[in-house]
Amino acid sequence: MFGLLTLKAVPLDVPIVMGTLAVVALLGLAVVAALTYYRKWSYLWTEWLTSVDHKKIGVMYIFVAMIMLLRGFADAIMMRGQLAMAEGANHGFLPPEHYDQIFTAHGVIMIIFMAMPFMVGLMNIAVPLQIGARDVAFPFLNSLSFWLFVAGAILVNLSLGVGEFARTGWVAYPPLSELGYSPGVGVDYYIWALQLSGLGTLLTGVNFLVTVLKMRTPGMKLMQMPIFTWTCTFTNILIVASFPILTATLALLSLDRYLDMHFFTNELGGNAMMYINLFWAWGHPEVYILILPAFGIFSEVISTFTGKRLFGYTSMVWATAAITVLGFVVWLHHFFTMGSGANVNAFFGVATMIISIPTGVKLFNWLFTIFRGRLHFTTPVLWTLGFMVTFTVGGMTGVLLAVPGADYVLHNSLFLIAHFHNTIIGGAVFGYLAGFTFWFPKAFGFKLDERLGKCAFWCWITGFFVAFMPLYVLGFMGMTRRLNHYDNPLWHPYLIVAFFGAVLIFCGIAFQIAQILVSIKNRDALRDHTGDPWGGRTLEWSTSSPPPFYNFAQLPTVHAVDAFHEMKENDTAYLRPASYSPIHMPKNTAAGLVIGLIGAVFGFAMIWHIWWMAGLSFIGMVATFIVRSYNQDVDYYVQPDEIERIENQRFPREAGHSHNRAQHAQQLAQEV
Amino acid sequence: MSTAILDSQHGVSQAHDHDHDHDSGDMTVFGFWLYLMTDCILFASVFATYAVLVNHTAGGPSGKDIFELPYVLVETALLLVSSCTYGMAMLAAHKADKGKTIAWLFLTFLCGLGFIGMEINEFHHLIMEGFGPNRSAFLSSFFTLVGMHGLHVTAGLVWMVVMMAQVYSRGLTPQNTTRLSCLSLFWHFLDIVWICVFTVVYLMGVAQ
Repeated sequence: MFGLLTLKAVPLDVPIVMGTLAVVALLGLAVVAALTYYRKWSYLWTEWLTSVDHKKIGVMYIFVAMIMLLRGFADAIMMRGQLAMAEGANHGFLPPEHYDQIFTAHGVIMIIFMAMPFMVGLMNIAVPLQIGARDVAFPFLNSLSFWLFVAGAILVNLSLGVGEFARTGWVAYPPLSELGYSPGVGVDYYIWALQLSGLGTLLTGVNFLVTVLKMRTPGMKLMQMPIFTWTCTFTNILIVASFPILTATLALLSLDRYLDMHFFTNELGGNAMMYINLFWAWGHPEVYILILPAFGIFSEVISTFTGKRLFGYTSMVWATAAITVLGFVVWLHHFFTMGSGANVNAFFGVATMIISIPTGVKLFNWLFTIFRGRLHFTTPVLWTLGFMVTFTVGGMTGVLLAVPGADYVLHNSLFLIAHFHNTIIGGAVFGYLAGFTFWFPKAFGFKLDERLGKCAFWCWITGFFVAFMPLYVLGFMGMTRRLNHYDNPLWHPYLIVAFFGAVLIFCGIAFQIAQILVSIKNRDALRDHTGDPWGGRTLEWSTSSPPPFYNFAQLPTVHAVDAFHEMKENDTAYLRPASYSPIHMPKNTAAGLVIGLIGAVFGFAMIWHIWWMAGLSFIGMVATFIVRSYNQDVDYYVQPDEIERIENQRFPREAGHSHNRAQHAQQLAQEV
Repeated sequence: MSTAILDSQHGVSQAHDHDHDHDSGDMTVFGFWLYLMTDCILFASVFATYAVLVNHTAGGPSGKDIFELPYVLVETALLLVSSCTYGMAMLAAHKADKGKTIAWLFLTFLCGLGFIGMEINEFHHLIMEGFGPNRSAFLSSFFTLVGMHGLHVTAGLVWMVVMMAQVYSRGLTPQNTTRLSCLSLFWHFLDIVWICVFTVVYLMGVAQ
């Protein structure tokens, strides 16, 4: 009846897991109670869960990403804690089978369920506003993408309490991930969580490409798009070109596990290296999917807070294009040790090193933008400067690893771990946190507390260096990744330092949470009445904060890069039209939510081999989609009098601010 | 100043509002194109896997031993004919001839169903002989590549049923025509993929 699922699947004998579950259950009950007590269920349902508004979907993405950051970080600090203890006779507090699940979950969560949704969330909030659009091309699909991602996240978290997670590392290499060596459900949780959320990501990629190519506001040429929109566009190109490879690879692994096929097995002609090639043909573009939008955020931040147009806009776009293309011809550097021969390794080594050239172009563009500018040291700027230093270190160790000879020594050592955390934390995460602070007032209508933001930054960056520089050294000392115990006393002091670094990062996260809570409390003092809290240059700042659900009462006309800056210069920024035309908007729908949640049930049924439930839920998903296709009542027109009413709320309070441009700028300079 | 009246140049932008019509057909068709390209990469990955594993027969049969070209040729013919009939359905749809559209769609559906039936029969036959997908890496990749195409065709058939029902009940509305165009792209795309399958798997397999 329930396949492989029995009561034994709940790990009642593991205190860490049961304690976590108890806390989660209490928090969940508290949330449910609060929602009921304040009668917020219908608000939650109509305003958020069924919303197809790209801004709200973006906020929900980031909300889930932050929850998953906490989960992923809990895994991280447990690993660092274990390694700070487990030397010689001391075996620490995590047995191998638990430790292996933790490092796998940490990798999967941080890449797929923290970084990706954070990036997609920022893209959702900012890109349509930056191109002067009222929503994305396919709003229902956008909601569906989000809920498919949530379905994946639900499965990953479910594995904590029901069954187990994979013990294979986040890459799930066969033959270890094959049924013979991983007979439990852990790898299946991995497969279905990634398949569901990967499908969501793929749809997001298609959706935003169509949005950017077809829905730009009148006059905006491609080479006038804000740089964040450009980098997101390249990211979306990478998504649509690489995520199908992941889907195919995981499907083949599933066929090995479910139908006894032999793609990657040791027996009957299977070839495990095929998996590894396919995995990284997706996996390497994936790291550029994460980093490119961060580059875009840094560009926006630097140009806004120096009050200058970005230096080398065109070269920035082409450098991003070059990285996009090169990102597809370097996958083999993840396994030089496969032994594909000197020529093949040399090709991929050189291709990898070449990527540092367009990346260097970007770095110099940011430096030259700052040069002779008037840089305001706000929190987003601190993240950007921190990134420039940290990422350069990570980039250089990357070039080092790109030398095949050196890689033979450093492959799978802690040097590699230090390298990619150096680029992902110092690059992507710093970027997202900069973008979070930068666009927070746009999404919520009030700014984040600066002081706590700066505290968070300093804890993060010192914590990062303290946690990961010892790992470079340990790599040279021969320590490999994924160890839960070691006998070399020389490693011990470095691992204690690294643990201390993780604690500092924890302080950074705590300040981040405090920053959000304090800012909510002081929201009236931090209120952004102008819609343009930073002296912004692109269209998202031309509408109010938060923007009305239709974004722009009248679509702006664009003539140049930094369109809103140009409007402010020409005094055309805050003009009101004499009258408004009806605006065509999509209606909310629960279809995305329903399909996503049934998707989670489907994944669960597949994981536990509950075939009847898998069949029913699959039919349920398809049926919901078909029923939705019959629904003609999917859109409506916002009438001019309602637009007038909403715009009237905005304009009186803005009049004073937009009056005198110089005064406005001065006031801003004083504020920051 | 904030209430100043905009000049006529801004009025032009109103004409572009139709771009934001969420059912606007060209945007949907373009999005569907992009989706098809991702599907193309999905097939490419499995094709690559097949190419790597084609000689890994592990003592089992190779393509030469099990493929029956005349049978597959009939299958191929069915699918190619179904592409033509779908083209006729689209022509009828553009002439706003509801009855003929449904009739051609139904013919396409029958051809597609015949194709799937023959494929299932081929698979069944092979498995009964002990040459199932668990026999060797070659057979795993063969069943998966051909089967994945078959699943796509099956999805296309389900979609076609829904379209026939929607055209029947609502007529050739702009929305239905857009959807028919997307299904048309999908159907022809599967035809092209099948030509690659036929060449790479069957023809090259027998020629080995």
